[in-house]
Amino acid sequence: MTFTARHLLGLEGMSREEILYILDTATSFREISEREIKKVPTLRGKTVIGFFYEASTRTRMSFEIAAKRMSADFISLSAGGSSVSKGETLLDTARNLAAMRPDGIILRHPSAGAPHFLAQRVDCPIINAGDGAHEHPTQALLDLLTIREHRGTLDGLKIAIVGDILHSRVARSNLHALRALGAEVRLVGPPTLLPRELRAWAEVTHDLAEGVRDTDVVMTLRIQRERQGANFFPSLDEYARYFCLTQSALRGAKPGVLIMHPGPINRGIEIASDVADGPYSVIMEQVTNGVALRMAVLFLLINRSREADMPEIEAAPEPALHRKAG
Amino acid sequence: MASPSLLVAGGTVVDPANDVHAARDVLIEEGRIAAVAEPGTIAADGAESVDASGCLVLPGLIDMHVHLREPGYEYKETIETGAQAAAAGGFTAVACMANTDPVNDSAAVTASILDRAREVDLVRVYAIGAVTMGLRGARLAEIGEMRRAGIVAVSDDGQPIMDGELMRRALEYTAMFGIPVIAHEEDRAIAGGGVMNEGAMSLRLGLKGMPAAAETVMVARDIALAEQTGGRVHIAHVSAIGSVELIRAAKARGVPVTGEASPHHFTLTEAAVDGYNSNAKMNPPLRTAADVAAVRAGVRDGTLDVIATDHAPHHRDEKDVEFDAALNGIIGLETAVPLALRLIAEADIPIATLVRAMSTNPAKILGVPGGSVGVGDVADVSVVDPRRRWTVDPAKLRSKSRNTPFGGWEMTGQAVATIVGGRIVHRLDGKERRKKSA
Repeated sequence: MTFTARHLLGLEGMSREEILYILDTATSFREISEREIKKVPTLRGKTVIGFFYEASTRTRMSFEIAAKRMSADFISLSAGGSSVSKGETLLDTARNLAAMRPDGIILRHPSAGAPHFLAQRVDCPIINAGDGAHEHPTQALLDLLTIREHRGTLDGLKIAIVGDILHSRVARSNLHALRALGAEVRLVGPPTLLPRELRAWAEVTHDLAEGVRDTDVVMTLRIQRERQGANFFPSLDEYARYFCLTQSALRGAKPGVLIMHPGPINRGIEIASDVADGPYSVIMEQVTNGVALRMAVLFLLINRSREADMPEIEAAPEPALHRKAG
Repeated sequence: MASPSLLVAGGTVVDPANDVHAARDVLIEEGRIAAVAEPGTIAADGAESVDASGCLVLPGLIDMHVHLREPGYEYKETIETGAQAAAAGGFTAVACMANTDPVNDSAAVTASILDRAREVDLVRVYAIGAVTMGLRGARLAEIGEMRRAGIVAVSDDGQPIMDGELMRRALEYTAMFGIPVIAHEEDRAIAGGGVMNEGAMSLRLGLKGMPAAAETVMVARDIALAEQTGGRVHIAHVSAIGSVELIRAAKARGVPVTGEASPHHFTLTEAAVDGYNSNAKMNPPLRTAADVAAVRAGVRDGTLDVIATDHAPHHRDEKDVEFDAALNGIIGLETAVPLALRLIAEADIPIATLVRAMSTNPAKILGVPGGSVGVGDVADVSVVDPRRRWTVDPAKLRSKSRNTPFGGWEMTGQAVATIVGGRIVHRLDGKERRKKSA
């Protein structure tokens, strides 16, 4: 297939084929990061702007490393150090950036829909790096990539997502993509963070043990400390008592259950350290895969003449279990 | 200067106040209705004539909920552009809300608004005073002083009155002047800073929702307070099924409550927000299909006495931003008539009910002239061609602002002539022909 999307705004509505194509492309890029010289010339001469209205470590670094390993020039801009602090609107800032002819703008913004807003008004591919509580498509895609590497397929897998679904863009993107790929999703958390309308999308439970029973994968979400003051739950301690992913809570899961977390982790709150660092945790693999996945996304969206450049990259192989370098 | 006589001929008069729904010619003399009679029976030598064939001839439409933005926000709208939009939309009168800058919380501001409206001299402009000083919800404004200056109601519209005791006093106090308190019903704590209806769509879009309960709990409170005090409360822009039910039940008990529906709330659902359309952002928000059906049912059975637009102009710069940052509200004066007419076929609402909701009832609630086309009545008449098809081009609207979700919509029905006090203030080019005999 050919990948024709101009922007990556979200995973809602993205087809199984498109998602798999991105994952296949990412898989083929994984080995670049294992090389002695971690650089290919694929995006040489391309300019990518990372525009971050919100704090970010992983996503920002991951995009930057991905861009640089593809030989793109990556320029990073944060709201605090830009004209945003002088009151310039998002649209004006973006128009000015676009006028400098970048090949792509990666946007993280606290308002849901901000990347969609820009995509309609700025002549430049927009990659959503997280918009409010809406979507975080590259995070979900790297989650899928990680699961697929271990399980070979997403079809029929039972996957629990635990935590603050209401405010989570990671959960939304994952819900759309996991369902598109045939996984069965369960959502676990207190009712205050699990609106009833979610039942239209997935199975919902407020019991952690029940939620993780027979699952192949458990994703826990970061609980934001400021939610405590807003009475979504009484205290972090009480939240942890009910929803912290511990060894004992995982007893009912399938053997070899994959433990995932998008980071940053609150140890002892949503996930126990021995689980986060335990043998089933693939949290660091998620981070590693993030680079390959973002290389793939940049490649597919920014490299307009990619067919000509393809020889530098191996054709995407079959999804493989734990491909070892070599 | 006395206006010339005017004969509105060939139309169908729909005048529920006088129980008329028939082909009638209407003669206007000296700014009053001089005769309403069978077609062709009025001898009107020398009268200017308005050809109303194929048209509805209605008591002048009154929009009791608009924001004209003057003073203070003239870049969005002025009394003049707002009045032009009203006339073009078929309205002979509007009542403007108090959330200007300065707020209309004093007789001086009221007087300046009404003075400006007299200078503009187009449609009738009534002023609504603030309930509380600066709309801050803390101290009553000088309602009596404003009443002497000409206000027809009080409202902190845009801001809910969160202090229930203050609302109680406002209802008691205004009873002395016989004017209603118009309530913007929103429990700010429950609304929690939401930017659209809370539900499946807000969840999908990742936008903060405001639940319908934020509106209905306040409707329940204010009905209880009206019942307690005997003061008149008018519930503005009802958006939720629960609010309609509360008002219906309260009316059945005889509580002095009236209700209002905005065209967008009986036309659009929260689905209009999809794609982060900031022209579908308003407060109260667009809700679900069930809510739309309830608002329509409320109009049908009279639970919602009034259709009013909540015309809320905003500059492009205030809407062409990310959804969270966009201001609430849409313009409505020039699209209200065709949207209301859709209810005839879509919601089985008789034209007479629509006329009551857009003319007779607002006149009654505000205690202003109009609302009827009887001999001796003030000659405010809206001539509407119910079959005229047109496409909404926001750039061509008279309002100074363009924030409408109905851009590009194919509409059926349009005001072809608007007559205020016997004077034609709007006439659609090419359609109506001014003709002077004599």
